[in-house]
Amino acid sequence: MISEQLLRGLREHDPRGIARAISLVEENDPLADEILSSIDDSLVDQAMVLGITGPPGAGKSTLTDRIISKYRSQGSRVGVIAVDPSSPISGGAILGDRIRMMGHALDKDVVVRSMATRGRLGGLCAAAGAAVRILAGSGCSVIIIETVGVGQSEMDIIRLADITALVLAPGLGDDIQAMKAGLLEVADILIVNKADCAGAETLAMDMECIAREGGNKKNTTQVCMTTASEGKGIDELLAAIETVDASHRESGERRTRREKAYDLEVLDWAIEMIKPSIIEKIENLGHARKGAPRLLASKLLGQNNLG
Amino acid sequence: MEKHPAHIDWEKELAKNLNRFPERKEKFTNHGGEEVPRLALPDKIDDAYVENIGFPGQYPYTRGVQPTMYRGRFWTMRQYAGFSTAAESNKRYRYLLEQGTTGLSIAFDLPTQIGYDSDHQMAAGEVGKVGVAIDSLADMEILFDQIPLDKVSTSMTINAPAAILLAMYVAVGEQQGIESSKLKGTIQNDILKEYVARGTYIFPPKPSLRLITDIFKWCTEHTPDFNTISISGYHIREAGSTAVQEVAFTLANGITYVQAALDAGLELDNFAPRLSFFFNASSDILEEVSKFRAARRLWARIMKERFNAQKPSSRMLRFHTQTAGYTLTAQQIDNNIVRVALQALSAVLGGTQSLHTNSRDEALALPTEDSVRTALRTQQVIAHESGVASSVDPLAGSYFIEQLTDRIEAQASELIAKIDKAGGVVPAIEDGFIQRQIENSAYEYQQEIEKGERIIVGVNEFKIEEKTKPSLLRVDPEVEKAQVQSLKELRQRRDNRKVEEALANLSECALSSSNLMPEILAAVKTYATLGEICQVLRKVFGEYRG
Amino acid sequence: MAEQKKTYRVLIGKPGLDGHDRGAKFIARALRDAGFEVVYTGIRRTPEEIAAAAVQEDVSAVGLSLLSGAHMSLFPAVVKALKNSGAGDIPVLGGGVIPDEDIALLKEAGINAVYTPGTPVDKIIGAFRAACETQKSGRN
Repeated sequence: MISEQLLRGLREHDPRGIARAISLVEENDPLADEILSSIDDSLVDQAMVLGITGPPGAGKSTLTDRIISKYRSQGSRVGVIAVDPSSPISGGAILGDRIRMMGHALDKDVVVRSMATRGRLGGLCAAAGAAVRILAGSGCSVIIIETVGVGQSEMDIIRLADITALVLAPGLGDDIQAMKAGLLEVADILIVNKADCAGAETLAMDMECIAREGGNKKNTTQVCMTTASEGKGIDELLAAIETVDASHRESGERRTRREKAYDLEVLDWAIEMIKPSIIEKIENLGHARKGAPRLLASKLLGQNNLG
Repeated sequence: MEKHPAHIDWEKELAKNLNRFPERKEKFTNHGGEEVPRLALPDKIDDAYVENIGFPGQYPYTRGVQPTMYRGRFWTMRQYAGFSTAAESNKRYRYLLEQGTTGLSIAFDLPTQIGYDSDHQMAAGEVGKVGVAIDSLADMEILFDQIPLDKVSTSMTINAPAAILLAMYVAVGEQQGIESSKLKGTIQNDILKEYVARGTYIFPPKPSLRLITDIFKWCTEHTPDFNTISISGYHIREAGSTAVQEVAFTLANGITYVQAALDAGLELDNFAPRLSFFFNASSDILEEVSKFRAARRLWARIMKERFNAQKPSSRMLRFHTQTAGYTLTAQQIDNNIVRVALQALSAVLGGTQSLHTNSRDEALALPTEDSVRTALRTQQVIAHESGVASSVDPLAGSYFIEQLTDRIEAQASELIAKIDKAGGVVPAIEDGFIQRQIENSAYEYQQEIEKGERIIVGVNEFKIEEKTKPSLLRVDPEVEKAQVQSLKELRQRRDNRKVEEALANLSECALSSSNLMPEILAAVKTYATLGEICQVLRKVFGEYRG
Repeated sequence: MAEQKKTYRVLIGKPGLDGHDRGAKFIARALRDAGFEVVYTGIRRTPEEIAAAAVQEDVSAVGLSLLSGAHMSLFPAVVKALKNSGAGDIPVLGGGVIPDEDIALLKEAGINAVYTPGTPVDKIIGAFRAACETQKSGRN
């Protein structure tokens, strides 16, 4: 009964229904299947999933806030999944990205959901991917995933996006160095935020160079300059997003990414589903705790890899 | 032994100064009738002493900004007050003046501080709560009724809309027949700390800095005796910073204002002497004394070395102090009187120019008249009975104090260098760097209390069952209704054509790069409200979202 | 995993115009360190904004902090806004400089619990945990 009500809420874009649905899938509740199977796949296909990542302090949330405004002015319904790391010690988290987006709090067509990484080995893609589906199913045509690009799970989650934007700002030198290796490769758009600060031009030139490097592999990388705090450069950014999106659709890149993301989500869910029973077995190992762990794992999975 | 040349210089300066400003008494003596030295000095005065500690009234001002300090004149005893309506607050100010307070300090309610009129939706429930509600010049006229503005100095805790309140003050002065050049006082006008610690911002940093430099410029010409800004560490400390962070973030903000004013084309030695500061006096007496001395020396060095300030007064850090609100407890509130006394003592030993002492009941509500009187009496006891005002910088030369002064200065400069590296204060605020530093310190401090590692008397130790509740001052909810009503009447009474004209002019001015002060002054004189004026500026400047 | 089930989501907010967020931020961090996921919505929010965020984030409790003396109008306004959003089941806890005689009135107005300065943080965390448990169990 509760799920009937919930599904109706979901269909009718009821904020509480959407929020509940996300929680239930995030918690891997038995109702999750029912919720997810009720979602119209074509809506998920049509939605554009935009990943925004970058080091702390680069201004991601402010930028997201401005991007929301712009898409709203075009009439799109926007969903946001803001990911923050969980404390490895307590498992708790402070989810503060929303602060910068509170200007949209009363807009029923902006659905913001904060999500903690919950220190999962995998699982985050499963949860976030499901949230994307729920948001798309509830009519969001643009879905933004915002995450700090530091940990591996945050990197993985970006793979759910059709388009990835990396936000950088001058004056964060060391952080950027640390991130360059991984994120620059996956980014479709390099955003130099705080364009009015000293060092922005230099940073933008560096980014242009990087964007042109290895051109044969990916020559569509765009560089944008924004001053999110003043709303500057957002039109250009949206134009860049559109360009990338069009090119991805034309080249088939969009479909390729969707397929990869899909596989990743399946894998993540599979692990999520297997995990509880294995954990239970491990907790009850007792005297069986001997020999090489790999061998035991095979045994627990009921497989014989020795042959 | 020959006297150090700096010592001889100082003696000359002192002689001149004594001629112009004689000390309070012919002779300062202790209980036994023995004379108390004006300034205790080490046996040997060498270059290192002169460079780091020196003489009061001389660079680097470690020992104070005047040669005779409180022997010439006590600090200004200034009690921050204001609540409910202008008429109620006016009564409280007149009471305080009768009781011997020497400067007024106006507390405004939150809607006023954030630029909303009392009838604005966001103002609901907040009107007259933490200070007085001022919607227009009409309220300001009532607020200063029968208080001659040429006789008092008035400090106003107002930041984002500082220009508007200053304009109203000038307009009230005009009505009293007092030229603006005769007005004395301070506007807080320190927006940067609002973004990190206090929260009453309206506009984004850039236009806010323009408003501030416009005020600097206008005041140089029209209100030369007004402190155009009170660069405040107080709230940074209240938000949970350490003493070192308080100094570092405050002076970094100071650097930002100086740079903004220079960028706007102002002459350093014209505006720098009117910069003033505002610090917190917390409970660790020795650390606080050292903090004040370190801040003074560091600012002098920054002004000389970084900005090449020439006038001595441009290098002087003059400051107001308030005792630490965050140390007040809701338990056994009489203990707060003792805390406040110790904190006030540290401010005086640290050479403050003015002082507010908190009242015992402020952890519970607005202070009652009785508790405000006790707070003021605390200052009077320190001034008249403790003897610490008879000698200049009496703790100088203590190994402990000098080492701690050095350490605070060094650590604060390091932190300022970090902010410089991040591109300055504004980017450091946008990154959240400064907020995070403060938050971390606040968290650690509170954890120490929770774990009992830091004892707060009456809170986590030495507790008692308290039965009798003190009588509290409450703001009648009717105040809001009355204020809204009188605002409505004002809107009907005034010449609305004139108001609209003035607001249109202001809007045009905001879009240009002209100084905003004349248009703001013209607008307040038409009885345009604070909210209307801010709304015009919001449209042009945009709003900051925290 | 079993422990995941116990991850409660709460919202800490500051309604009204008061910018003193030291207490709110401390509670937010203390809750995080006790294993909660804490949505922090920053200062200067309207009751309606706080309620809307609480609904979207599907939190099990809302904590409000206020030092300006406007609690008598703003705390009940949040309770009302939650009810209007169909989320009257989300308990609201309050903290700040609040005179004793107001506490009873606030409870009558639907505030679950009110804490004043000097309350040990463990007690506050315990109250959030209890409130979350009640809210969660009422759902299914």
